[in-house]
Amino acid sequence: MSLGPETSLHDETTPTADAAQVRDKGEKAIAGRSLKQIAWRRLKKDRVAVGGGVVIIALIVIAIIAPLLIKLLGHPFDEYHNDRIDPTLGLPLGKLGGLSKDYILGVEPVNGRDIFSRIVYGAQTTLTVAFLSAFLSTFLGVLFGMSAGFLGGWVDSVISRIMDFLLAFPQLLFSIALVSVLPQSMFGFNTRWSRTIVLIVVIGFFGWPYIGRIVRGQTLSLREREFVEASRSLGARSPRILFREMLPNLAAPILVYTTLIIPTNILTEAALSFLGVGIPPPFPSWGGMLSDALQFYRYDPMFMIIPGAMIFITVLAFNLFGDGLRDALDPKAR
Amino acid sequence: MLAYLIRRLLNAVVTLLVVTLVTFGVFFLVPKATGSDPALLYIGKQADPVAVEGIRTKLGLNDPIIVQYGKFVKGIVAGRDYANGPDVTHCSAPCLGYTFKTNQEVWPILIKALPVTISLAIGAAVLWVLMGILFGVISALRRGSVWDRGVMTVALAGVSLPIYFTGLLALTIFVYGLDWLPNPEYTPFVDNPAKWFSGLILPWVTLAFLFAATYARLTRANMLETLGEDYIRTARAKGLRESTVIGKHGLRSGLTPLVTVFGLDLGALLGGAILTEAVFNLRGLGYWALNGIRTNDLPTILGVTLFAAFFIVIMNLIVDLLYGVIDPRVRLG
Repeated sequence: MSLGPETSLHDETTPTADAAQVRDKGEKAIAGRSLKQIAWRRLKKDRVAVGGGVVIIALIVIAIIAPLLIKLLGHPFDEYHNDRIDPTLGLPLGKLGGLSKDYILGVEPVNGRDIFSRIVYGAQTTLTVAFLSAFLSTFLGVLFGMSAGFLGGWVDSVISRIMDFLLAFPQLLFSIALVSVLPQSMFGFNTRWSRTIVLIVVIGFFGWPYIGRIVRGQTLSLREREFVEASRSLGARSPRILFREMLPNLAAPILVYTTLIIPTNILTEAALSFLGVGIPPPFPSWGGMLSDALQFYRYDPMFMIIPGAMIFITVLAFNLFGDGLRDALDPKAR
Repeated sequence: MLAYLIRRLLNAVVTLLVVTLVTFGVFFLVPKATGSDPALLYIGKQADPVAVEGIRTKLGLNDPIIVQYGKFVKGIVAGRDYANGPDVTHCSAPCLGYTFKTNQEVWPILIKALPVTISLAIGAAVLWVLMGILFGVISALRRGSVWDRGVMTVALAGVSLPIYFTGLLALTIFVYGLDWLPNPEYTPFVDNPAKWFSGLILPWVTLAFLFAATYARLTRANMLETLGEDYIRTARAKGLRESTVIGKHGLRSGLTPLVTVFGLDLGALLGGAILTEAVFNLRGLGYWALNGIRTNDLPTILGVTLFAAFFIVIMNLIVDLLYGVIDPRVRLG
């Protein structure tokens, strides 16, 4: 699981001058490759990871061109289509939840909204929240983790205590509570975007200790390494050592853990929406659709299966890609 | 050892105080900032101002937040009186206050919900530990085989599935579709063990599947790392039987890291399996947490948060103590 000290990685990123000369003279065939190139080669060979990456890119494209897609293949996400619903039962007409040429993923029970459009818009919500909250966690985690590891002393004790405390905190409970007491619209945004921002901040905030711990540990071991000592003896100040010497060496674990925290965030966002404290109706989110399906899944299972399957596929894709990335960046992990 | 224990217990109490203080702060400050009034929540929006003021005095809502918090803590330890002139309500220790909406004592509600959550969590934990470790170890021993790849594929799918989806799928298939199982519900074990079991088996299996996936992956990774160690080679070279090498030398250090994860998972689950309880409609701590949040009921939310933090802190403590026993390298003190 863990990315040990980046001994081998470091050597590959900054080959010493001697080594480079030797390579140039003697072995022409062997070209020096950077860590980036090596990892990229390994990643390309990993077919499962590439598959995950392709699905992720497809989802991002779908989220970006959502309005266009819906114009071509769907209907506005909040438009009611009562003609598609059996008036006595409230269930979609036709087989498989009203699946048809016009409604390619069927319609919702009772009001007949187009499920395809809602899934596509839901992808926007899911990906926005997952990515931005992961960036927030990473930013806070790197900031506090590096400060704790580099400065040591009381800064380290305070930050470590806060991290331990946050990890021992009933997080889901608290997130639900926090989101539910905040007003529906804030800072002049409409309800959809202000809730999105709240979700990003809450999920991102509770995620940082995971990355913070790893960054702190890595920083602690990097701090004692010769190249840091060398840099210091050349007169480099702390900011330069932190950002130019140590941060590049932390890039690999940071990248991997950011990728692996995204699927967790997707599940948390969907859970919050499922519990009714996520994106408010009528705006679509996958978790919210599952929650709507609670009343109907006995009679119209498709309404539950489609958003559930989307969550599954998306999370799986990120997990596959993240695992592949880790293996590519850290040869010892296998 | 005793000094260590006392220090850890003090630490646990401090953590609980901080958790409740943070919760308290959030639920008092945020409503203030957004202009909603707990007294109005308690009595209803159409109440006349005199009655609202009376409630405010009785619940002590006019006091500064830190005084209110002090009274809350005192209520847990020694009980408290809610007084508005001659109108006195006594709430005996441990007192978590009264629900805003239904005016019931919070403590008995949560104590009644506790067995539901405990049954759910323990039953699932037994299943997921057994399945996770078994599959993980076999995968590690048969690395690269069809079995290994199959198990790891299922496990990867398992960690990517949320309970609010698998739970609904399981209900659709096994309860409503095939009619193999009754609708999940909680029956106390002492009333009817068979019904207790059949009512909880579906939630157990569903929940355990997701955790077992994580544990199988972890076990496999840890075992592979351990089996590559020099001392395993030494053990083999000494001529020990393979079962002893794996069972005695391998498992012990391969499974040690799992203890930490297990403690955290079980602790978190005991504080309320919010999602599972919501999906299967079980009235445990998680149900009441959600209920409290939906009705803006601060005393309930505080109560459940306290229970949840309590379990996490206690499980952490147990794990650390266990480490001293199972890992000879760790010395407590």
